[in-house]
Amino acid sequence: MNPAPITARIGLLACEVCRLVSRAPSTGDVAHCPRCGAALHTRKPASLVRTWAFLIAAMILYVPANVLPIMDTSSLFGTQNDTILSGIAFLWTSGSYVLAMVVFFASVLVPLLKMIALAILAGSVQMGSVRYRRTRTRLYRLIEFAGRWSMLDIYVVTILVALVQVSTLASIHAGPGAAAFGAVVVLTMFSATSFDPRLIWDTQEEAS
Amino acid sequence: MANNLDTSSVTFVACQECDLLHRHATLPPKGVARCVRCGAFLYRQAPSDSNERALALALTACILFVIANIYPIFGLEVQGTHTSTTLFGAVESLWDDNSRAVATLVFFTTIFVPAAELIGLTWVLVVLRSGSQGWGAVPILHFIERVKPWGMVEVFLLGVLVSLVKLAHIAIIEPGMALFTFGALMVFIAASAASFDADAAWVQLEAVN
Repeated sequence: MNPAPITARIGLLACEVCRLVSRAPSTGDVAHCPRCGAALHTRKPASLVRTWAFLIAAMILYVPANVLPIMDTSSLFGTQNDTILSGIAFLWTSGSYVLAMVVFFASVLVPLLKMIALAILAGSVQMGSVRYRRTRTRLYRLIEFAGRWSMLDIYVVTILVALVQVSTLASIHAGPGAAAFGAVVVLTMFSATSFDPRLIWDTQEEAS
Repeated sequence: MANNLDTSSVTFVACQECDLLHRHATLPPKGVARCVRCGAFLYRQAPSDSNERALALALTACILFVIANIYPIFGLEVQGTHTSTTLFGAVESLWDDNSRAVATLVFFTTIFVPAAELIGLTWVLVVLRSGSQGWGAVPILHFIERVKPWGMVEVFLLGVLVSLVKLAHIAIIEPGMALFTFGALMVFIAASAASFDADAAWVQLEAVN
């Protein structure tokens, strides 16, 4: 098979904003898209370093996000500190199985799998792997799409705090875990946008 | 062959996920072009009236956005005490509760980004429709492209539903106007974004400028 025309290899640059393909300038200056003016890069700058930095920060914060309470409830029956997992356990034991699974999926599984997937993507690129390129590209697409759903519990806490805080029956406050959890979601999203999926295919070009 | 590309006579499209270069081909109506190597979306043949449709949907979404933010999401009745909250009221409660980081995050993802995206998209579509040079269409399109992943109205709606079920155990729930409006808003934001033909918009903006 003929080597495929890879944009970067034949001296062209694709704009990441308006997608116009233009000629790379011969000088070493920073190129700008002739149509929309966005900065042009062959690959996202320092892609792997940035991906790892955000990812490691997210992994560290994943611990307090799950250990610390995201919600403190005090009522006539005493005070209760809910972590994400105990909140899911409560939903399950009170019979809301579907909801318990939705929350478990969005709050526990999605961020965990996303971090593992990002580590696999960044690690495999770093090692120059040429295997499962199409599957890895698909994995990246999935990560970008699914990551936002982890924000679910943050919204639940927001609404509960607002509604129950003023009531006489109970009071609910956001716990320190909520900030950690929000940070995990934001950091994994930054990590995913820093990763450049084109790197997955660059390794193949050198190998073949 | 690959070294003799003449970018002036033929339009090329680079795959954003694997950098493979494709020749821009005319597609059948509603056709979608995908990268032959990695399967990523390349471009589509949007209907000629797609930006008109996007404008109508975006304007509707703007109205829904205002309604969704004015009215309470839902109310609670506990032992005769009634409480209700709007989305902004919920953000304020969090802020006053000293959860400022979380309050900022919620404000940004459910109010600021969706509003900026809707207003920006409407403005760009109005500029395109008038055919004039228009102020700010290029930077606004840049901005929309950048903040898009951070608008999370649909996740918020799921969060509202989860809290509804959690609270149903301890209180009587009165669904508010905004609850249904948020549902409709989610659909209209998605529909206007899907109708918007960004490729055509860039070509037109280039021709005008």
